[in-house]
Amino acid sequence: MTDMIKLSNVHKSFGSKHVLKGVDLSVEKGSSLVVIGGSGSGKSVMMKSILGLLTPEKGEIEINGHPTVGLKGGKRDLVNRQFGMLFQNGALFDSLPVWQNVSFAAMQGSNMPADEALELAKESLALVGLGENVLDLYPASLSGGMHKRVGLARAIATRPPIIFFDEPTTGLDPIMTDVINHLIRDCVNELGATTMTITHDMSSVRTIGDKAALLYQGKIIWSGNVDALDQSDDPFLVQFINGLADGPIEIAGA
Amino acid sequence: MNPLARIGRFFLGFLAHTGRLAVFIAHSFVAIIQPPYYLRLIGQQMIRIGYFSLPVVALTSFFTGGVLALQIYYGGNQFNSEAIVSSIVALGITRELGPVLGGLMVAGRVSAAIAAEIGTMRVTEQIDALTTLSTEPFKYLVAPRVIAAVISMPLLALVADIIGIMGGFVVGTQSLGFNPAIYMQLTIDFITPDDITSGLIKAAVFGFIIAIMGCYNGYHSAGGAQGVGRATTNAVVSASILILSANYLMTSLLFSS
Repeated sequence: MTDMIKLSNVHKSFGSKHVLKGVDLSVEKGSSLVVIGGSGSGKSVMMKSILGLLTPEKGEIEINGHPTVGLKGGKRDLVNRQFGMLFQNGALFDSLPVWQNVSFAAMQGSNMPADEALELAKESLALVGLGENVLDLYPASLSGGMHKRVGLARAIATRPPIIFFDEPTTGLDPIMTDVINHLIRDCVNELGATTMTITHDMSSVRTIGDKAALLYQGKIIWSGNVDALDQSDDPFLVQFINGLADGPIEIAGA
Repeated sequence: MNPLARIGRFFLGFLAHTGRLAVFIAHSFVAIIQPPYYLRLIGQQMIRIGYFSLPVVALTSFFTGGVLALQIYYGGNQFNSEAIVSSIVALGITRELGPVLGGLMVAGRVSAAIAAEIGTMRVTEQIDALTTLSTEPFKYLVAPRVIAAVISMPLLALVADIIGIMGGFVVGTQSLGFNPAIYMQLTIDFITPDDITSGLIKAAVFGFIIAIMGCYNGYHSAGGAQGVGRATTNAVVSASILILSANYLMTSLLFSS
């Protein structure tokens, strides 16, 4: 099966801090990879490097077989049009109502007329279980769960072939966490998209992912099927998935 | 730390900051020139920057015109020169006080608002979201604000000119006992189109400074709420200093001949 996303020996530093130290990772077309790792392990930096928000100093990132590191302007836009992204805190635009947030890419990127964009927003919101009553609300008046749902609706609005999820359940109660995890799984299944999720929530890993990778100190130290997580005797993985304070993982700031 | 090292670090930081600002301005020019043009956003920003600044600019210029009339009268009275009040009020307002005080007031109001809005968008990943949605942040956020400020500021300066002169007129005729018809006639006779256009050119430059400093500081803000607060303060302080120094430079250039 072809790789939709492929990272080869990716390095990224901030000043003297070497965050990514040679990441090698691939996501097959149509699969859902969940990258787990503690705070400060480099998960967000890796995802931002794939999205083109950060430029690695070394290594290559391929999307659907095409190298993307260093692309700018129109060429970068063409790559980004294949992406949908759910940010950790939603990153909804405060100045726009929900429907314009959801159909933003279609309106700005494809010049979709407002009436068609409104219909697109209704369809996308319906996929995440939200009705027309939220269309004209502004992000400031939404609850945390609704924020995530609207963010998810925006991520899938243009039906992109690749969707990224950055800590999709952070800040949600356990019930809403389960709701969002199942929504993500159902939406992705319906769209047939390739996805990459970064999280440290094991319930998300088991619900969303079919493959998982553990990032530790800027390197992928374990990868495999989600079903294999519990059978693994890798001491780093065992410590992480069981949430143990004692083990080989160095705790940041301790 | 060694004092020399401290000076060196400050100087290097200043150079880095200046270079980053120069790159930001160049990037902004490219975003302004190249399509797409967000006309609706430019209109929205013109209302926020220009229309909503009208009350503060009008009040400032009215009282400035009035105070100017009083000061010239009290100063000039000693030499029996109260007749020059109308002409100097008109000259002072159109050439300097209208655009400069208007610029400083708008810098306080608008530069801070721009820095806070864009800074909040930066720390809440909304600017990253724009990029992932294939929308260039410079075109969507920076260009409309800069264009709107450059168009709005001369219009505000024109309003400031009229209201400032009216402030001098009201004080001159109601408090100092000048003849209204003679006051207006002296104003019209003395003022030239160059006095007005020089003020409008200055105002356009001030508009550019206000928007760029707001956008620059907001765009590069980091560190959560504290970072946004710092960006807001820096935007107002740097815009105000640049307005005053640019005013001196432009006055030297425009009136040297």
